[in-house]
Amino acid sequence: MILNNLKPTKEKINTFLPLGSIFVIFAFLDVLTNTFLNLNITGFLPQTLSYFFPLLLGYIGFYLIRIDFSGISFLDKLNKNINSSNFNAFLTLLILFIIIKAILPLMNWLILEANFAGSSKDDCNGNGACWVFIKVWFNRLMYGLYPDVEQWRVNSAFILLFALVGIAFFVPQKIKKYFILFLLFVYPFIGIKLLSGGSFGLVYVETAAWGGLSLTFIISAFAILFCFPIGVFLALGRRSSLPAIRYVSIGFIELWRGVPLITVLFMAAVMFPMFLPDGTFVDKLIRVLIAITLFEAAYMAEVVRGGLQALPKGQYEAAKSLGMGYWRMNALIILPQALKLVIPGIANTLLALVKDTPLIFVVGLMELAGMIGLAKTNPKWLGMAMEGYVFAGLVFWIICYAMSRYSQNLEKKLSTER
Amino acid sequence: MGKIIELKKVNKWFDKFQVLKDIDLEVAPQEKIVICGPSGSGKSTLIRCINRLEEHQEGNIIVDGTELAENTKNIEKIRAEVGMVFQQFNLFPHLSILDNCTLAPIWVKKLTKKEAEELAMKNLTRVQIDDQALKFPGQLSGGQQQRAAIARALCMEPKIMLFDEPTSALDPEMIKEVLDVMVDLAKGGMTMIVVTHEMGFAKEVADYMIFMDEGKIVERAKTKEFFDNPKSDRTKLFLSQIL
Repeated sequence: MILNNLKPTKEKINTFLPLGSIFVIFAFLDVLTNTFLNLNITGFLPQTLSYFFPLLLGYIGFYLIRIDFSGISFLDKLNKNINSSNFNAFLTLLILFIIIKAILPLMNWLILEANFAGSSKDDCNGNGACWVFIKVWFNRLMYGLYPDVEQWRVNSAFILLFALVGIAFFVPQKIKKYFILFLLFVYPFIGIKLLSGGSFGLVYVETAAWGGLSLTFIISAFAILFCFPIGVFLALGRRSSLPAIRYVSIGFIELWRGVPLITVLFMAAVMFPMFLPDGTFVDKLIRVLIAITLFEAAYMAEVVRGGLQALPKGQYEAAKSLGMGYWRMNALIILPQALKLVIPGIANTLLALVKDTPLIFVVGLMELAGMIGLAKTNPKWLGMAMEGYVFAGLVFWIICYAMSRYSQNLEKKLSTER
Repeated sequence: MGKIIELKKVNKWFDKFQVLKDIDLEVAPQEKIVICGPSGSGKSTLIRCINRLEEHQEGNIIVDGTELAENTKNIEKIRAEVGMVFQQFNLFPHLSILDNCTLAPIWVKKLTKKEAEELAMKNLTRVQIDDQALKFPGQLSGGQQQRAAIARALCMEPKIMLFDEPTSALDPEMIKEVLDVMVDLAKGGMTMIVVTHEMGFAKEVADYMIFMDEGKIVERAKTKEFFDNPKSDRTKLFLSQIL
């Protein structure tokens, strides 16, 4: 009888809702004052109980307001989504309280007690992050050891690239393909020339001096550009009816997939030159680029193969029955559909590629994360690893999130199953 | 009269299992032939051999004077002359109906885009879905999709059309719209080989009927004779079950 009376129902909503709300509000108030004002309003209770008091209070409150079909749409939504059972109510409270508790120290470290002004480690005091470190090293983090006076070349190479890509979106369809061909086959050479110099009155800058975020972009862009077509050809090769092509493709894919990237990079940098005839020299960066490209191409091939295998046999037969040969069939019918199917997988591989670039530190090349590794060991800036890696993490996250969003948009745009 | 398709002693195996046994068949231009038979009798395999979606191992297949053999160029030439309509339509889902129809004429027959589009609209009008030209296959009903597939095949201006159970995957009420298009095509003088169980259609358009069972042609007869007076017991049994 008493239990029945305690069950929240719609009839007694006028009692239960205010009562439950007060419990919940009080629970949150307790946590908030405790965290932000350093004021423990349940201090009169024994310490352990005081600590878990808001959890208990909120739990009871959530129980009281769990009224089915209350008719109040906010309450119904709340009950359905975060308060559907006792266990879920408990989890909701626990997660919210942990977030509230954690957000203050996090904000303190990141912003409130962090140091932004100054030019050396001594300007940093307190418990917060020392963003001065990033500020002072920013130039190096972007350009590596590229000489300061020549950095306009890196800037203009990237500005040119972004401008070309931007224009490519707006030019009419007819010119567009020439634009894209230019971007794929001419621009890379212009870009490399601009960066390395050695002619046209530009000072030569050796690739060992390249670094920082710009190197991350260079390596990612080249590897993405070339691993994609190679991967597609390997995928087609693996499904070829000609045994020679098939076995070569399988061999290539399985060889590269079976070796860790770090080993591949090491081989490319250290072992490969030993096999070259005397006097030939291939730049270290080029060797590393080729190694990463081939490595990722093997992964790409398997992703694309997944798409090829998902297509019904009828698509191949229909294309053949219209008189199309192997290349036309693949270029016009099979690949457009297969690649569309595996956009998530392709995005996955390319994201992994971008995040693999820091591994080039093993051969002495330093992109963003590598430069931070260098900066944090500078005697004047010891102990700045946290700031550095948080910054690097944030930059990588922005790059990868942008790529991920782009792939999702592409998926939507290409969808014809409306 | 010359023959446009000739099959001589064609044999085919899937591994150890023989699907076609000593098939002899001759088709004259403008002839309409309907092939029927129980499932697994090899009728689909037979017409798929004619444009080499399946390879035969023994015998000769000669299409429009060209022998089908291990010669890629020949095969592509023959396929461009032989239109095929599939049970599952097999439209290209990433392209609009119009693009489905213009793709092969542009890339295989080297028509200009404008010529190909005119041709496509002419054929789409013929199958009465010109108003759907800019939609994607997924937005069309089964009957419309199959008519679009017929239009796509017609855009290659083939000399021969092969139909592989074109109405088997359709809802009953959509079968008629597809058969109407096929009847219209037959009256226009197209050479047609049709695998189907639609005996009404067969009676209306077929010059010859072929009955297949267990990889062999059991009976080949003029349509009227085939239905009124079948010779073999197997044919009689089959007809009694489906009519």
